[in-house]
Amino acid sequence: MLQVNAGQDIVGVIGMAQDVFVVAYDGRDQHVVDVAIDYARKQDAQLLIVYVLEWSPFGFLTPTELADRHQQREKDLARAQESIIVPILEKIRESGITVEAQVGYGNAVDLICATAKEKNATMIFIHRSSSLSARIFGSVATGVVQGATVPTVVVP
Amino acid sequence: MIFDRKTQPIITFALALLFASTSAVHAATIDESINDVVGAVTGPFVQFIFSPLPGTEIPWIVLWLIIASVIFTFYFGFIQVRAFSHAISLVKGDYSRPEDAGEVSHFQALSTALAGTVGLGNIAGVAVAVTIGGPGATFWMILAGLTGMASKFTECTLGVKYRNEYADGRVSGGPMYYLHKGLGEKGWPRVGQAMAIIFAVFCILGSLGGGNMFQANQVHAQVVTVTGGENSWLYGKGWITGLIMASVVFLVIVEGIRSIARVTEKLVPFMAVLYVGASLYILILYADRIPWAFGHIIEGAFTGLGVAGGVVGALIQGFRRAAFSNEAGVGSASIAHSAVQTREPVTEGFVSLLEPFIDTVVICTMTALVIVITGVLHLDPQTGQYVWDAHAGQISTEGGLGGIELTSAAYGTAVSWFPYALAVAAILFAFSTMISWSYYGLKAWTYLFGEGRRNEQVYNIIFCVFVIIGAAMNLSAVIDFADAAIFAMALVNIAGLYVLMPVVKAEMNNYLARLRSGEIKKTRA
Repeated sequence: MLQVNAGQDIVGVIGMAQDVFVVAYDGRDQHVVDVAIDYARKQDAQLLIVYVLEWSPFGFLTPTELADRHQQREKDLARAQESIIVPILEKIRESGITVEAQVGYGNAVDLICATAKEKNATMIFIHRSSSLSARIFGSVATGVVQGATVPTVVVP
Repeated sequence: MIFDRKTQPIITFALALLFASTSAVHAATIDESINDVVGAVTGPFVQFIFSPLPGTEIPWIVLWLIIASVIFTFYFGFIQVRAFSHAISLVKGDYSRPEDAGEVSHFQALSTALAGTVGLGNIAGVAVAVTIGGPGATFWMILAGLTGMASKFTECTLGVKYRNEYADGRVSGGPMYYLHKGLGEKGWPRVGQAMAIIFAVFCILGSLGGGNMFQANQVHAQVVTVTGGENSWLYGKGWITGLIMASVVFLVIVEGIRSIARVTEKLVPFMAVLYVGASLYILILYADRIPWAFGHIIEGAFTGLGVAGGVVGALIQGFRRAAFSNEAGVGSASIAHSAVQTREPVTEGFVSLLEPFIDTVVICTMTALVIVITGVLHLDPQTGQYVWDAHAGQISTEGGLGGIELTSAAYGTAVSWFPYALAVAAILFAFSTMISWSYYGLKAWTYLFGEGRRNEQVYNIIFCVFVIIGAAMNLSAVIDFADAAIFAMALVNIAGLYVLMPVVKAEMNNYLARLRSGEIKKTRA
């Protein structure tokens, strides 16, 4: 998992005295972030934004995609940091909450649960998907609720 | 830029118009004309590649491949046996580092390379081997598959070790690069460069022959078979099938519409599973005949069982079709394997040795068993020998079929609808093989003429034109040219592998020592 440094004042702070809340952020829904900020403020906790680029090492690629994969990965990570992570970190920082962010490749459910465990998070915040496919096949939120080892808040 | 995005469709259209108008005037003769012209051009090249060793009937190129694979097998101490389970662990991701998520995994490099090799060689090529060389060809095919694993290991390790990693993150690898850089390291930069150039030229020819014309040709044969054989309106009009296929290939490689390629890449594994499933179903159905079939395969390997070429004929056909199917020693797959994310080049070598195993030892053997077991080859009950059709130059079969039609008929005896599924599978296999080979050829092309969109598009257009030519030519001319071009790649590649095999051995010993000492550990249980 690639760690995106949110700023000199933040790196290395997470996981010390304060509680850590993991916020599973999909880059679109701001409401889950607002709710997490609210809880963090009340409980004097820090936030850890987790953004996942869905990826399976068992997916199939064409030869051209194979050759371009490393370049594509670098581009995707740069784009995620620039258009998703930086704006949300600024927003959270403005509210006075300590925050860090991680961008990772993999299965969203596994990665969110693993990060929460690794960082000794005490809570996970995740947005609920209401799409038809999520209702039929289950969503990331459903998976996290089933797999998380800490209380999980599903934000509608 | 000559071929910009606006002019590309116009070129395709002009191409289509040219063929359509020519065919309107000479509909009956266009296939023959293409055959005559291309056959005359490729004839001497084919003759050179397949010329027999003086005083024998064995083509020297077949010995070149098989001797190399046997030497590599001994030199690396039967690495295909020793590293087999470790290769599976690597593919499963047991040794992948979490921070490499999002990069090309061992599984992906293997599956992409397999999509390029598992194809019509497994369906049509095996039928050709068994009808010309008899069931005994299967034995030699399996043997060539097993020893070929060591050749694949050598070339794919070198592919990763000497690949080019550009500043923008793209990678280019394959025999062109290891011949050039590897031989340069040994103090022969000029020889290395010359060999790399010769390889690249043969690779382009191979991409147009086996990676293109053979595939297009067999797809047309399949389409004609399922639409009524000689009564099909497409019968004798290979250029129409070729034109349609060329248009789809054009959309993928020239227009860059990746969604088509992606759909194929997803469907190919599904079709492969379906194919293996159907084979297993038929083998279970005829379970009582399996020992008999294996008996014929082994007996045929050492007696010929009535085949005109005898034991040597069985051996040549088995080796030829195995090499054509799994491409071990040819160097092609090393181009795809080079893209993997690993710090240990030898790990990709281990993974790649699974390729000839899956392709030849498993899938080709299944096809051969089904053909033998279902009785589509005519056997004389009096003599226990196969009936030789001297006119066709192969074992007499139901309806005089050969190539993919015979495979289709064999599967059709047990599952009536299977020929249709096989037709779809064949088209998808052929298409994915074409896409892979268009990339291999393109890499060779850009090695010779430099990177850049204009250069790439010139090659891509040539590739599309050859799809049409391949579909229109007759089977034997296409197979001969396809084989010759691919074997020619092995000529240069294997010479380079002999020089560079100590490099691979050093990598292998170093890695295995660290694996044994526990320095290299699994990243997950």
